[in-house]
Amino acid sequence: MALQIIQSNCTVCGACEFECPNAAIKFESDTYIIDPELCTECKGSYDTPQCAEVCPVPETCVPA
Amino acid sequence: MTANVISLNGLSVGSKDSLTKALESEGCSSSSCGSSDAPEDMDPETWAKVKDHPCYSEEAHHYFARMHVAVAPACNIQCNYCNRKYDCANESRPGVVSERLTPEQAARKVIAVANEIPQLSVLGIAGPGDSAYDWRKTKETFQRVAETLPDIKLCLSTNGLALPDHVDDLLDMNIDHVTLTINMIDPEVGAKIYPWIFYEHKRRTGLEASQILHERQMQSLDMLHERGILVKVNSVMIPGINDEHLLEVNKEVKKRGAFLHNIMPLISAPEHGTVFGLEGQRGPTAAELKKLQDACAGGANLMKHCRQCRADAVGLLGEDRGQEFTMDLVPDEVTYDPEKRETYREWVAKEREDRRNAAAVAKAETDAAVADEAEALLVAVATKGGGRINQHFGHATEFQIFEVDAEGVRFVTHRRCDNYCVGGYGEEDKLELVIKTLEGIDTILCAKIGDCPREDLEKAGITAIQDYAYDYIETAVSAVYRARRGLPATEVETA
Repeated sequence: MALQIIQSNCTVCGACEFECPNAAIKFESDTYIIDPELCTECKGSYDTPQCAEVCPVPETCVPA
Repeated sequence: MTANVISLNGLSVGSKDSLTKALESEGCSSSSCGSSDAPEDMDPETWAKVKDHPCYSEEAHHYFARMHVAVAPACNIQCNYCNRKYDCANESRPGVVSERLTPEQAARKVIAVANEIPQLSVLGIAGPGDSAYDWRKTKETFQRVAETLPDIKLCLSTNGLALPDHVDDLLDMNIDHVTLTINMIDPEVGAKIYPWIFYEHKRRTGLEASQILHERQMQSLDMLHERGILVKVNSVMIPGINDEHLLEVNKEVKKRGAFLHNIMPLISAPEHGTVFGLEGQRGPTAAELKKLQDACAGGANLMKHCRQCRADAVGLLGEDRGQEFTMDLVPDEVTYDPEKRETYREWVAKEREDRRNAAAVAKAETDAAVADEAEALLVAVATKGGGRINQHFGHATEFQIFEVDAEGVRFVTHRRCDNYCVGGYGEEDKLELVIKTLEGIDTILCAKIGDCPREDLEKAGITAIQDYAYDYIETAVSAVYRARRGLPATEVETA
């Protein structure tokens, strides 16, 4: 139960890192990566996964 | 103090005298963006805030430079005219940036620029996302810069959605200039511009999105105004969508205390990959923009010297030296040397006073020599800055346009002749384009011009004059006008 970031779509704006309630998103070697161990898909925190809500590019933060 | 200074044009270091000479032989451009008001038209507190800010004072933009640092890439709204993935170093428009910086890198870059460009007076954060939404990075950058360069004016540009949450931070950091991008006051119009916003942990679309954005923008404007922070409102003019509506926006933002209103033309092309670009939405023509600006006269002060610069622009308005200061060129450790900037500021204070006095004398002479009802004239000027005619016609990538009548000389706008895609055309084509750019202009003043272009301009009905090379713009434009309308033309010879 986790999301992943499709690297080829990512604009590296970092909004997802900013919004993630679990600090599961890190900037590593020029891109953002979601740690599947920490990602809860925002269950228990918000109605929808925050990274996918805020991401400016469609189909970029998607279920792993 | 030994006066080591840098010329407006770059890195040649010399004495104060050599700075004056450098200005005479190089040059910048003259009066008219932001408020064109002189100190006597403004209360002293406001004048103190704007006098060195190139975007808020048309006069200041001849002397002072700004830099933007791209530390805030995240954004909380989507605009149909923006595609932040697109990045080309050859084009200049907001939201576009080559290199993203951490606050620590940005602070180093500011010192490196301050050491090389003594005209630097303002640090702005304009994204490339939203500076108020990406607030932690914006705030950290400002704090770091304020530690080493406490006299640099800090300023930010935002869509306003997140700003109400940070207004008190702005006060704590002595930020007294904020730009709000407001394209509508009617959510029905907004729904055609903003497909979605992210607010209170939810993506919102349609009318709901624009309703919330509108309310937060008005709240931001009110809160900033109440706290004495100067607000410039930027509006993107989108033909068929908000062009007529911007008249209402102008009235509303003025009513709410905006200091300046900057109506900018939409920049739109399919290759930008924006929704508007792909849909074939066009930008306004220069004539449409001017008509709207004229119709807004009497509303908030209009800014006409905007160059729609990039989120990482460096230098005087109209120039971008960002490529000289990419992070790989900035040393790991830089120490601020205040001497050049201090010397430059002393010099500018004197130069500004001289220019103002010269303009007043020219106005009085014109007033005495020309009938009140004499028709106005449009004059183009090739300048590199400093308020002087100091650029070769062939080197100009833009012209400053002045209107002159018995009332005096007023900056109207700048017209660019290098717009995005001129590269690759032959010289002949370029001249044709320049002549088209100068449509409606009576006279062009430049430091020098070749015989061929002068003759071609003449055929197009435009007189080119190089006799006022290195003079103050206002003085020369007044003299041309007097020669045309009043006094005999003895002192004016066609180049």
